[in-house]
Amino acid sequence: LAGSRAFDINPIAALLNAATLSETLHMILASYAATGILVAAVHAYYLRRDRANAFHRRALGIGLAVGGLASIVQPFSGDFAAKVVARTQPVKLAAMEGQFRTERRAPLRIGGWPDPVARRTRYALEIPGGLSFLATGDLSAEVRGLDAFPRADQPPVRVVHVAFQLMVACGVLMALEALWGAVLAWKLRRVPDTPRFLLAVLIAGPLGMIAIEAGWTVTEVGRQPWIVHGVMRTAQAVTPVPGLWISLLGYSALYVMLGVIVVAMLIRQFRSSPSAEELAAQTRGGRPA
Amino acid sequence: MMALTPESAVAVVMLLALTVYALLGGADFGAGVWDLVARGPRADAHREMIAHAIGPVWEANHVWLIIVVVLLFTGFPAAFAAIMTALHVPISLMLVGIVLRGSAFTFRNYDPSPEAGKRWNRRFAIPSVLTPVLLGVVIGAIATGRLPTQIVRLDQLFLPWLGRFPIAVGLFTLSIFAYLAAVYLILETADTALREDFRIRALIAAVTVGILAYAVYVLARSDAPLVFRGLKASRWGFPVRIATGACACAALWGLWTRRYGLARTTAVIQVALILWGCALAQAPYLVPPALTIASAAAPPAVQKLLLAAVGAGSIVLFPSLYYLFRVFKAHALASRAPGHRVEH
Repeated sequence: LAGSRAFDINPIAALLNAATLSETLHMILASYAATGILVAAVHAYYLRRDRANAFHRRALGIGLAVGGLASIVQPFSGDFAAKVVARTQPVKLAAMEGQFRTERRAPLRIGGWPDPVARRTRYALEIPGGLSFLATGDLSAEVRGLDAFPRADQPPVRVVHVAFQLMVACGVLMALEALWGAVLAWKLRRVPDTPRFLLAVLIAGPLGMIAIEAGWTVTEVGRQPWIVHGVMRTAQAVTPVPGLWISLLGYSALYVMLGVIVVAMLIRQFRSSPSAEELAAQTRGGRPA
Repeated sequence: MMALTPESAVAVVMLLALTVYALLGGADFGAGVWDLVARGPRADAHREMIAHAIGPVWEANHVWLIIVVVLLFTGFPAAFAAIMTALHVPISLMLVGIVLRGSAFTFRNYDPSPEAGKRWNRRFAIPSVLTPVLLGVVIGAIATGRLPTQIVRLDQLFLPWLGRFPIAVGLFTLSIFAYLAAVYLILETADTALREDFRIRALIAAVTVGILAYAVYVLARSDAPLVFRGLKASRWGFPVRIATGACACAALWGLWTRRYGLARTTAVIQVALILWGCALAQAPYLVPPALTIASAAAPPAVQKLLLAAVGAGSIVLFPSLYYLFRVFKAHALASRAPGHRVEH
């Protein structure tokens, strides 16, 4: 980079950057986990009302298998991604963890509310040395805190920390759901369908989507104030077009409208799915509807 | 002609993709005109036919527009920034139009209620007519060579494209798309009455295209002088214009004498030539008067990678498109067997 102009550009190298593997892996697993868990929730809802329905039973099995497997593997990919972030974007890691001071044996914080004025994170459950261990594999390693970086280069720590905690919480719940389901399936030797488990699957439905949104918030807010890390600030990159909030509102309204239509149509599709008796009648009559 | 540098090769690929988009996606929008003006005893039959003709290929046809946009922002970032900033409003509106029309097709397919077709078609017919006008307006506004390089006042977001030349190009674009759509739709049905309906529409549209082409040509002299001079100066300009005119006449004759296969072939060549004529007139500028293909280009390494990516993508794209069109369009492409009745 010479001044404001890039030279000797290598586009392939840009694609194969340090975060490519960990981030792509994390997101691909997230899509399978979130979709599987959501699909399972829809079929759990119908199976609770229509317990003999073979269609919903099998679909629940598929959703749980795909979503559950991805949910169980996901924490390992998350750990890998966090280690890469620790190496390549230490300021983002500090914001994710609400770590203000640079210290050895940095604790892993569960929950908590960062206070950017007092420069500390309150109300968190702290596991001593946990962050040092997760970031580097060494309990007593030094982890750089936000204060090791200029104030102007620090991301909004509250948003990043809370979003990160939310993502991890959703991920943990999904992994627990998957483990519970696996244990039940092992014991019952069939698709797990105890009333309590079905209720849990139903309630857990949106967790994957929430986790994805929270995760994107972590990675995109966590990289602020840079749009190109260390090179260009977001404020420098934005289009000079005035009245951008009109565009923003317009596009948001458009997609909210499309989203509402899609949800309404999906619900209608779900409702038109046949009940167990109708399925049986079709099979007996040998006449598909 | 200019030397074949990597960036001019990318520019040529962009032009080809834009041409295919006009020929396929453009016709999809043009059909929206015929949906909107459908009247009389066969109005519902028209609408059904249009929806059946476009529905399966709509998304695939938009691949071409996406290729143009992606090549523009990776290959010519300076031009992309200039166009997207100065023409933020019409491009946003165009995008909304594309999204709405595409959603209408999707929703229509998943809406089980009997009046689904009517509901979604009607609601989205208007965007489908305005979108090609906006596409033309964008192209026309670029050609004027008067895009502001800095936006400081709100009216600068509107003045460059709300002029008589951009709007004339917009209407010209709409007429071209409606013309293509009518010519294609004739061969989508074996029903004689429907064929006659679209034959009349195609003839009207053909004449409109001619009139608007002349209007654009006249206005270009004063409103887009740089491009107008380019059209005169290029040694390809004259032969391209002659060939365009010849194709237009052949298409009219084909429509008049009901040689629909011939009409379609010549109409396709005519529209491609119109686009290439405009491109020749504007070359080597991407955004006149400041940005040329060479000055707006990203470094050669990026261009070469883009060309490689386009090449690799074609290996996947072309067989898939061939298969798609064979499945959904075989009846229309086999224009030599008009007696063959097609069940939808």
